[in-house]
Amino acid sequence: MAEVDEASKPLFAGLSDVSISEDIPVEGEITVPVGSPSHDDEYSTLDEPVKETILRDLKAVGKKFGHVMYPKKSTTLLRDWDLWGPLLLCVTLALMLQGGSADSKEDGGPQFAEVFVIIWFGSVIITLNSKLLGGTISFFQSLCVLGYCILPLTVAMIVCRLVLLGGTGTASFIVRFIVVVVSFGWSTFASTAFLADSQPPNRKALVVYPVFLFYFVISWMILTFSPSHSDGATDTGP
Amino acid sequence: MDLVDTDWKKTAMATPEDLQFQEFEEAAQLLSANPEAVTRSARDLSSVKRERERESVRVNVNLSEEEGEEEEAELLSGQKKQPNFWSFDYYQSFFNIDTLQVLDRIKGSLLPLPGKNFVKHHLRNNPDLYGPFWICATLVFTVAISGNLSTFLLKMGDPQYHYRPQFHKGVSVFCPAWLSVFCYAWLVPLALWGFLQWRSSSNPSVTSYSFLETVCVYGYSLFIYIPTSILWIIPVDWLRWLLILLAMALSGSVLVLTFWPVIRDDTKPASIATVTAILLLHALLAIGCKMYFFQTATQMMMPVASLAPPTGNPNITLNQS
Repeated sequence: MAEVDEASKPLFAGLSDVSISEDIPVEGEITVPVGSPSHDDEYSTLDEPVKETILRDLKAVGKKFGHVMYPKKSTTLLRDWDLWGPLLLCVTLALMLQGGSADSKEDGGPQFAEVFVIIWFGSVIITLNSKLLGGTISFFQSLCVLGYCILPLTVAMIVCRLVLLGGTGTASFIVRFIVVVVSFGWSTFASTAFLADSQPPNRKALVVYPVFLFYFVISWMILTFSPSHSDGATDTGP
Repeated sequence: MDLVDTDWKKTAMATPEDLQFQEFEEAAQLLSANPEAVTRSARDLSSVKRERERESVRVNVNLSEEEGEEEEAELLSGQKKQPNFWSFDYYQSFFNIDTLQVLDRIKGSLLPLPGKNFVKHHLRNNPDLYGPFWICATLVFTVAISGNLSTFLLKMGDPQYHYRPQFHKGVSVFCPAWLSVFCYAWLVPLALWGFLQWRSSSNPSVTSYSFLETVCVYGYSLFIYIPTSILWIIPVDWLRWLLILLAMALSGSVLVLTFWPVIRDDTKPASIATVTAILLLHALLAIGCKMYFFQTATQMMMPVASLAPPTGNPNITLNQS
């Protein structure tokens, strides 16, 4: 240690005499290379117009819709999960499913709140089930996937309602049946494409079966939707 | 000073080797050689080196010994350390099951063989909650949908009939069907388990299964009703009765075969009463589902007759079918 001091002595001689008074302002500019440009964006989203904010979220939702319609094994749905899409789909489906024939309380179709509860409660139960079986997917990612994969069924519901405008005969039933079956298969296939990788291999069927049941029940509700009749010519029991 | 430096270097060099896999015999020998040396603190410089080496080896050895003992204990008892009731892992231990095991248990509930006790043969100390829960859920949906379809098929010929989805009868989660099936699948096993516990405390020869195993047996025994309810869409009365009797016989025998070895050492009245109660409740569930969801042609004619439509045609068409 003593040797080092002696060597540095001539270089820093006289430094000990220098004193910096406190009223000299010390200022300067330090430029730090910004690692992620999105960091700046988050700060500046407060100033952007509302339309831009909404459009950005809508674009993200729309992109995920595209991923659902053409299910490839991509991780975009899982990585940037959001629950706007499922909410939108759930509300649309519930609005279209309600107002079915409601002559007696028991025989009618589902009400809005019931569809809502079935979809969200069902998704939560399936997510819990997959997590308990040892899945590596997180809770909200799973909700996101299950919610987005209702899209084919919502499209089927819209088609069914359009077909029902034309009539309620056997032909319309066959058309609706085919549409619902196709969309049910699409939904199940899409969701398993996203969820299957996160499960241990010998339990995949155990996780896929509740998803199958869930979409089956929703498909059943869509298929059995019959529009309300304004006439009183009904003969259901009391 | 130099000695300490080289000592640390040597122990630093020694530990990577010690962290490698040690044979248990060596470890046992080392441990038995110096049983009390763990608590001694090293003071002597000359023996510091040897002490430090032995201690590091012993520490590693102790760890591997403990791990080995833990693994052995797990393998022998087949039970893991029970995690906290409020932690997620507690519930995860009930879902420790593979697809093939679930399928095997379902098969076991469908084909009761006299020698094979469901709990001993199929559960093997690994009761799961996946089976009971999802079988109950599937059963409720299946019965509701089949009931709806059978009503539709029966009334199809009626021109005044408009299809009703009957959502609130079964498919909705807020309907009594869910309550009754889940109560049967969870409260009856609770009652039975409580009863068996009480009997086993007074009568040592009566053993009891754990609560989860009881729930498991009841849950899997309900599986037979799923294909039965699908087949019930066929509107043939004698076929329906045949199917329900078959289903009750199969699942009832699974239950009896499981619980008879446990209860047969009890007093005669108690054991017979228990078995009778099990079978009775089982039959009650099946018949209750049938009456609530599936209506026969005669039952459906009555409301039509009471409304007294101006034309007698609907009655006649139903009579002819």
